[in-house]
Amino acid sequence: MPAIQSIAGQLEPHPDVALVERVRGGDVSAYDTLVRKYERQVFRIAQNITQNREDAEDVMQDAFLKAYEKLEQFQGNSKFYTWLVRIAVNESLMRLRKRRTGKMVSIDEDIETDEGSVPRDLADWAPDPEQNYGQAELAEILRKTIQGLPQGFRIVFALRDVEGLSTEETAETLGLSVPAVKSRLLRARLQLRERLSRYFHKNGGLMETGIVK
Amino acid sequence: MTCKEFLALLDDLIDDEVTPGMRAELQTHLGRCGHCEVVLNTTRKTIEIYRSHEIYDLPADLREKLHAAIMSRCAKGC
Repeated sequence: MPAIQSIAGQLEPHPDVALVERVRGGDVSAYDTLVRKYERQVFRIAQNITQNREDAEDVMQDAFLKAYEKLEQFQGNSKFYTWLVRIAVNESLMRLRKRRTGKMVSIDEDIETDEGSVPRDLADWAPDPEQNYGQAELAEILRKTIQGLPQGFRIVFALRDVEGLSTEETAETLGLSVPAVKSRLLRARLQLRERLSRYFHKNGGLMETGIVK
Repeated sequence: MTCKEFLALLDDLIDDEVTPGMRAELQTHLGRCGHCEVVLNTTRKTIEIYRSHEIYDLPADLREKLHAAIMSRCAKGC
């Protein structure tokens, strides 16, 4: 049973465990609480993998329905959240496969690239560079930039850095080794940094994109 | 320490997974290498920006619609 350390030093069950137990006992309202707690994250993960809004909406529903159906199989030796994320990742990859009419989709896709592994853009960024853009414009820049990453890097970055899974949890979720996760994470971070640099330079970044301050 | 060696430990430094001795070595390198300092700071900023901005908007009405659809099917046993 996953447990958290209380201040008194005693092990207490993670709050999700009690909710899962209630659902297993037939209390659907407890599942409502779990869905509310994690629906944004599941939607975001699905968007990051499928890069398609309709697919992400379908994945979000399918992932929660599948988790509900399979709740008896949840062992309790991992966190409910990471168990749910694993289902969401698998559903997302299945959805991509369907879209590509059965072509295999793997998280190893397109990772054989050296792009970004050696930093080339070494100019410093403006302080708080995101302040130079409106919220919608910034979101577009961030979306476009992360979309350009090879899928195998994007998923690792999304789980590890955006959703806050540990390296070990990310490895377990994706069926990768810890060194593989670490290597992909470094390259994902460096590629994103390199691509964002053109927007966030201290001098000239905005000029480059044709946007005048 | 070379820039290449620094880069190999960049993630460990960002994720605070270095020993005090290694941290001191990395700091010494940073003290004399402006390029690596820029790479460290801008990589940290990259992560922070992605963490703090919601780039895939899920409007409240759509969220409610999806939530209701999930719960209605769960109530029926899926």
